[in-house]
Amino acid sequence: MTDTRNRPGRTTKRAPALNTVEFLRWAWRQLTSMRIALVLLFLLAVAAIPGSLIPQSTVDPAAVFSFRENNPDLARWYDRLGMFDVFRSVWFGAIYLMLMVSLVGCIVPRTRLYWRSFRAKPPDAPSRLSRLPAHHRWVDSDDAETVAGRVEQALRDRRYRVRRYVDGSGRQVVAAENGQLREAGNLVFHLGIVVVLLAVAYGALFGFKGAALVVEKEGFSNTLTQYDEFTPGAWFDTTDLDPFTLTVRDFDVTFETAGEQRGAPRSFRADLGYVEQPGAKPAPYDLQVNHPLRVGSTSVFLVGHGYAPRVTVRDGDGDVAFRGPVPFLPQDGSYTSIGVVKVPDAQPEQLGFEGFFLPTQAFDETRGPYSAFPDALNPALVLTAYSGDLQMNTDEPQSVYVIEKDKLTQFKNDKGDPFRLLLRPGDTVKLPDGAGSFTFDGVSRAVRLQIGSSPGKLLALLAVIAATLGLIASLFIRPRRAWVRVDGSGGDTVVEVAGLDRVAGGNLVEAVEEIATATRRGPQEEAT
Amino acid sequence: MTTEQLGYASNLALVSATIVYALAMLSHIAEWASARKVVVREQPPAEAPRAELVAAGVPPAGPPAEGTAEGVAASATDAAPPTTGAEAELRTERFAQIGVSLTVLAFLVHLMGVAARGFAAGPRVPWGNMFEFATTGALAAVAAYLVALKLYRTQWLGLLVTGFAVVVLGVAMLTPVYVAPGPLVPALHSYWLAIHVSAAAISGGAFGVGALASVLYLLKSRAESRTPEVQGVWSRLPAAIEIDRIAYKVHAFAFPLWTFGALIAGPIWAYYAWSRFWGWDPKEVWALITWVVYAAYLHARATAGWQGRRASIIALVGFATFLFSFIGINLFGSGLHAYAGV
Ligand code: HEM
Repeated sequence: MTDTRNRPGRTTKRAPALNTVEFLRWAWRQLTSMRIALVLLFLLAVAAIPGSLIPQSTVDPAAVFSFRENNPDLARWYDRLGMFDVFRSVWFGAIYLMLMVSLVGCIVPRTRLYWRSFRAKPPDAPSRLSRLPAHHRWVDSDDAETVAGRVEQALRDRRYRVRRYVDGSGRQVVAAENGQLREAGNLVFHLGIVVVLLAVAYGALFGFKGAALVVEKEGFSNTLTQYDEFTPGAWFDTTDLDPFTLTVRDFDVTFETAGEQRGAPRSFRADLGYVEQPGAKPAPYDLQVNHPLRVGSTSVFLVGHGYAPRVTVRDGDGDVAFRGPVPFLPQDGSYTSIGVVKVPDAQPEQLGFEGFFLPTQAFDETRGPYSAFPDALNPALVLTAYSGDLQMNTDEPQSVYVIEKDKLTQFKNDKGDPFRLLLRPGDTVKLPDGAGSFTFDGVSRAVRLQIGSSPGKLLALLAVIAATLGLIASLFIRPRRAWVRVDGSGGDTVVEVAGLDRVAGGNLVEAVEEIATATRRGPQEEAT
Repeated sequence: MTTEQLGYASNLALVSATIVYALAMLSHIAEWASARKVVVREQPPAEAPRAELVAAGVPPAGPPAEGTAEGVAASATDAAPPTTGAEAELRTERFAQIGVSLTVLAFLVHLMGVAARGFAAGPRVPWGNMFEFATTGALAAVAAYLVALKLYRTQWLGLLVTGFAVVVLGVAMLTPVYVAPGPLVPALHSYWLAIHVSAAAISGGAFGVGALASVLYLLKSRAESRTPEVQGVWSRLPAAIEIDRIAYKVHAFAFPLWTFGALIAGPIWAYYAWSRFWGWDPKEVWALITWVVYAAYLHARATAGWQGRRASIIALVGFATFLFSFIGINLFGSGLHAYAGV
């Protein structure tokens, strides 16, 4: 674009070597040229490819972990190149930023140019209209003035901007132009992209994202401590969290029970009760996938579910040291789940349990106990037990799905093998050496909620709509110029109509013919 | 009808459609084979003013070639009357006509098959898994071709389009891609499924037609650059500049639709279903790559030195990335979209 324009006043008075200012100018013109825009678009496309083929730590941390395990050497290189987080890497950011700069550098001068051309009058007719790609000429039966008036009206009716004048030879000329919205649409589209990206950035800075696991019949209040994960935007103020609370009254899930797709989920719904702010009336909400709850500026999404076995642990003294539901983490489509039960209050020593929850327990020789179906049809807990120090008093936060085993001793059976508990709801197993007992009281479900707010959504949506309309305008509107010259000086009224499209591929000839037909009076043969 | 019967009827219709497409393809092959004997004198690659005339869709002076069916008027207008092989020409036309008629028939049967599938599985929209994406996508491609046929008389695309349909339907039905009809997983319970996927599939169908036109453009412009008098097979095609114009129109239709379907409706739905607009999921990344490449195509057409050949090649790259985002990513089985199931 800009690189094709001449820049008067930039004669080389000084030494031919580029000084800084000239270099910057040169670089700017390069960056905002169409060719570079093209190259940057390609670079962006190519740069995005590794982000879809190599596991990304922001998308699938587990996959990154196993990739590192399997390819330690390659992983080192990938780390150096930022391959595990492509979309936040320096080089991706650089391409992206250059494209944005190029985009803005493109929009600004074009907007200025457009504004000027928008206010400019349609240009004078070229001297030889017959050279234009579409041209008609006839002798009209009316006088020049009348024809010119008719032409002017016809063009206005067809939404042309019209300028009528008398040229140097005394001929009536109508100059007309339409389709300027193409360029406007194009500008709106490019500007729209910038606005969308700004709106998204705004949302990321002032919003937050968090996740919480809530067990059936239990509640959640929207404060920092209740989140399992919380990622605030850089400028999010945590005191701005909407003060709502909610309770998962019931969670209902159904699975396909037969056929090829046996085990595929068919519906999830959580029956919520929520209180918008302290003192407000509780309201019910039917929370489903694709059907989030909005409270204030916060949205609550149902993104997953799992199981929380309810257990009771008695210690060596016979006292209840722990009672309650313990969420387990689903591992596969059959909801084989892993988890731990930590009992720091047990006396004389702390107790820890580690193992699996199987919603529909089955057994096979190679796999041992496994889950055959995701619904809780035949639930079982398979655990091993430990005693000692759970190391829960250190400052390091511990995962709720892992126990620290350094200072624990595993319970063994008579043969010296690890002591294993296999329990069904209602079962109680006594630990060896009178260390206590473990009771599997029953199964609760737990829902995984994603909670977040992203301000700027509406702006992004509006920009996106404007951009799309602009795009459509810029692809389908054809800027066109038309001129009509009426020469009444020789006795006859000789009329010439011609048109010029500024983008190829339109129906110029038809359009010019139509203008001619609409304005001509008298003999129908074309004059030559 | 019961669900099983509907599912069976759907499969039967899809198999029949594939066979009829194959027959249409054979007819187009016969058309091209017979066209080898047709000798047509053609204008050298058009100069600018003439390009405008052609572009305007107005037949240039001179009577249109006689005895040709309506459907080929576009290519005939570019050619002076045949000097020899009038009989071959007639036969060629007949094969072309048969090909088009069979394609229309196959399309209707295909449409019934896809609709029956939707009823058998729900009723719901028939695009809940890979098999359904493929059959619906092929339907969209043929529909795009039929619309282009009606608007721009593009029956010269017939061979490639029917070949494409046969391959896609064949692969869908004969490989593990096939799954019996069934209800959807909860993430797909949304009217956004209808909006998002139909927009993506229709624009995909148009991208496909655009890609086929770009291939033919490249072939024809090469033939034209070798000799100004293009004969035989290549004379079945309109002038390269005309093919390019149609390719552009198809892309200009597809691009905003893709923008809407993949990059607007997609993120909105992702927000409701997965709680975020954009998460760099592999499918999202590839939808963006496709978009960026087609944006590059549109820019290339406005950049000196990039029009024509290079722009067409970019369009083909764009279609390759489209296929990868529409199908390839699901086969790799990574990311959130993979739940749709192969
Ligand atoms: C995010 C990146 C961009 C996207 C997605 C994009 C998209 C588009 C699209 C779809 C068109 C087609 C409209 C048409 O054919 O008239 C277009 C045209 C155009 N773009 Fe961009 N663009 C981008 C960046 C840029 C940049 C950085 C520049 C500046 C160098 C630029 C300059 C132009 C110009 C001048 C046109 C008009 C072409 C014509 O004359 O038809 N674009 N752009």
